[in-house]
Amino acid sequence: MSTTKEDLFETTCGLEIHVELATASKMFCGCKVDFGGEPNTRTCPVCLGLPGSLPVANEKAVEYTMKIGLALNCKIAEYSLFHRKNYFYPDMPKDYQISQYDLPLCYAGHVDIAGDWGTTTVGITRVHLEEDTGKSIHVGGSGRIHDSAYSLEDFNRAGTPLVEIVSEPDIHSVAEARAFVSELRILLDSLGVSDVRMEEGSLRVDANISVRRRGETEYGTKVEVKNMNSVRSVGRALEYEELRQREAIEAGEQLVQETRHFDERTGTTSSGRTKEGSSDYRYFPEPDLVPFEPSAEWVDRVQSTLGETPTDRRARFATEYGLGAKDIEVLTATSATADWFETAAKAYGGDAKKVANWIMADLYGLLNEASIELTESKIAPDQLAGLVKLVDGKSISGKQAKSVLAEMFSSGKDADAVAKEKGLEQISDTGALEGIVDEVISEHAEAAAKVRAGNLGTIGFLVGQVMKKTRGQANPGLVNDLLRRKLT
Amino acid sequence: MTDLHWRSATELAGLLANGEVSAVEIAQALIERADEVDGQLHAYLHRTDERLLEDARASDERRASGQTRSRFDGVPTAHKDLFVTKGVPTTSGSRILEGWLPTYDGTLVKRSAQAGLPLQGKLNMDEFAMGSSTENSGYGPSRNPWNTKSVPGGSSGGSSALVAAGGTPWSWGTDTGGSVRQPASLCGLVGVKPTYGLVSRFGVVAFASSLDQPGPLTRTVTDAAAFLQIAGGHDPMDSTSIPQAVPDYLGSISGGIEGMRIGIVTEIEEAEGTQPGVKTRVGEAYRRLEKLGAELVEVSLPSFEFGISAYYLVAPAECSSNLARYDAVRYGLRVEGPDVVSMTSRTRDEGFGDEVKRRIMLGTYALSAGYYDAYYGKAQRVRTLTIRDLERVFTDVDLIATPTSPSTAFELGAKTADPLSMYLNDVFTVPVNLAGNAAISVPCGTSPDDELPVGLQLIAKALDETTMFRAAYAFEQDLGWAGSEEGRPSL
Ligand SMILES: [Zn+2]
Repeated sequence: MSTTKEDLFETTCGLEIHVELATASKMFCGCKVDFGGEPNTRTCPVCLGLPGSLPVANEKAVEYTMKIGLALNCKIAEYSLFHRKNYFYPDMPKDYQISQYDLPLCYAGHVDIAGDWGTTTVGITRVHLEEDTGKSIHVGGSGRIHDSAYSLEDFNRAGTPLVEIVSEPDIHSVAEARAFVSELRILLDSLGVSDVRMEEGSLRVDANISVRRRGETEYGTKVEVKNMNSVRSVGRALEYEELRQREAIEAGEQLVQETRHFDERTGTTSSGRTKEGSSDYRYFPEPDLVPFEPSAEWVDRVQSTLGETPTDRRARFATEYGLGAKDIEVLTATSATADWFETAAKAYGGDAKKVANWIMADLYGLLNEASIELTESKIAPDQLAGLVKLVDGKSISGKQAKSVLAEMFSSGKDADAVAKEKGLEQISDTGALEGIVDEVISEHAEAAAKVRAGNLGTIGFLVGQVMKKTRGQANPGLVNDLLRRKLT
Repeated sequence: MTDLHWRSATELAGLLANGEVSAVEIAQALIERADEVDGQLHAYLHRTDERLLEDARASDERRASGQTRSRFDGVPTAHKDLFVTKGVPTTSGSRILEGWLPTYDGTLVKRSAQAGLPLQGKLNMDEFAMGSSTENSGYGPSRNPWNTKSVPGGSSGGSSALVAAGGTPWSWGTDTGGSVRQPASLCGLVGVKPTYGLVSRFGVVAFASSLDQPGPLTRTVTDAAAFLQIAGGHDPMDSTSIPQAVPDYLGSISGGIEGMRIGIVTEIEEAEGTQPGVKTRVGEAYRRLEKLGAELVEVSLPSFEFGISAYYLVAPAECSSNLARYDAVRYGLRVEGPDVVSMTSRTRDEGFGDEVKRRIMLGTYALSAGYYDAYYGKAQRVRTLTIRDLERVFTDVDLIATPTSPSTAFELGAKTADPLSMYLNDVFTVPVNLAGNAAISVPCGTSPDDELPVGLQLIAKALDETTMFRAAYAFEQDLGWAGSEEGRPSL
């Protein structure tokens, strides 16, 4: 047996995830939280950092943060503070960020992630609340600030509540890192606290990753990888970085402790300029805000709103609907998807696995082609249930149902309406079919005799003749049944 | 009516109510007074004469139709230039904010307008309220009406100069380490540092957030209480604002001080550097309080000697962060550079004065990794000690009496070369800001040394402005200096 890299090296990784909260208003002012829009239209003296303006904390954001913390099994601090993190950057209105430092709102939690390797428990160091910056567009040069001709600043995003989730370095493979981000995404979505639109930057991932030879007691040199904006890019960036570090160790090179940026186009990480000085953020307690001490009643109230966790829902999908792992993974990817499936399953009323199969095997194909989400499709859950019922009732064949689904997908019409329109509705009326079956038996007496003699293989020929006479409209199952009844 | 400009706000309110004078007449009298004295004083950074007359006309109309906004509708005021005023230049005494036209009104500006107070303009100050003389203003110093060779105190020195010269009956300043009380003392005025959180800081250009507190400068105790009543009270826009309304100070202001226990601090009385003339007048003031029925009690404040040191760590630390936003990106001065870093640093180099730069550097250092505990952390512990010290003393006494400032007004330039001697101006006032208590400076006549005003400081428990005003009023009435010929500069 050959030795793999996994046998030779050990990876240690901790993740920091920033999540924009979907509160109605910003963290410290009344401006609306939204995406896009004309630059600098959702701003006010507070989120522009005008002289004399003061922050007032958004209670909903505090509550959402507690919700995330509780869902991640964290403790909620009895006494928590905002700190100022001081550094200059043009898109930061006050040139300090109101954040949390040594007294985060939530701490000491954990979350389980499962995959091919089994189940891993990843510790959650802290979950804290801060404000987002504005957005810079650097014009000219490489698109980075240092060689641009000028920069444009949009402060619409400035002050959006941002939650930072920091994991313990309990992640030891790229697969685990991907699973962790994906699990958090599902969790945040199920809590309804964030849009988790990674491509729009509402969830951003940084990683601290180091590699060492297996058996060594000292950790390897820690590298911070920034700018990962999807589960996929987390996978690509960390695979690249893991390999780079392993090769450097094998080549006997000294790794540098640094921050590296992931480039989505090349799939590589590159060394950023070493941080402006060493990063001394001169944290100190924010004097414009008062400390907050969430009451036990408040924490209980938030706890009671958590509802079913994604883990529990997945377990229930297995026991209640008898679904397999792959189906569960896809059907619980977002709570909207899971809700959609459950609505369809309930409307159907029979074996939910059939509904799952239609979604997984056929509907997803159409969705992927149109690149839309399940919840964006024109087909409503009860319409899919209607289609499965039509097939069950043998009104249409499984093959016909696929073309009915395609039509439903483009028109949004009900299954039976589409089937009628297409003239696909099968002749399932026993009375109507009986005459035709009798006709065929008398026209093909020889074949009929063979069947009577026990040669059941010939029954297919007779079915074919009935289908021919009905131009394919007869329900083949029913024809088969009738022939057997009459001839055997 | 002659000498309208020497009338107190309360007197003007009475004249307006009786129809003896119109708001426009008052406004015109104050414009004339400004024309007459401001060339010598340089109290104003920005006069809003047109708006003043417009506001006054609107006030007269309201009064004619019986719709006055408050008792003081039509009594004008001018604000220290760090109160953000929509459409009116607001520089905080700094070149870095030159050209900035605010798009919003701060709470105090709003409440003054809601009370119907016509706006006279914006007043000079030490840059970002850092200083005790207005010599740190980016626009040149103001002068003391009692002696124009001398400073009016600071940082609210434009306010003290104008009120003392009869240029306005009252003005809002801010007090971070003594910046209302010290200029009030040096100009023979009443100056109040309310309890931290009593007056909103929303729309106050920040110096040191945990210490800054707006306060009125007036010629009488009654006016100070009335002005605090207008602008104080809870503001949801300021998270550190105390969630309660301002009590009715005027209702009990003449209650006297019979039976009050007033603490005299051993460490302050024994402190070196207090001018003999100041000691004389303040000593007389103590005896006057006694004569009025108060009991003087000797008390000890061991944390007193660390106050200045703690203050000069906390205030610079907070200011180093508060002033970071002046980066040339969004407003104010911009000095172009080849890249954003040089644009910001060139702008800050040109826009900030020496004292501001000194404090930003001090504060940046005090907050740096590895130094935080030794400096900022320790200063916060001194702050806690000061709070406990005062709490302990206040279990035994109703008020504490001290000199407001160790000296009377000094000549321009006398202390600019020695920042430390300048800082010591605040030695008696700073502990009050560290602890968050209320305090007032009331005039106790002029020093026998130089015929310049001396102030008595009365420190009260947090939120006990009522007792503070009562004692200050009793003292003022008995002394009879305020409002008399003797209590006015000859300017
Ligand atoms: Zn805003």
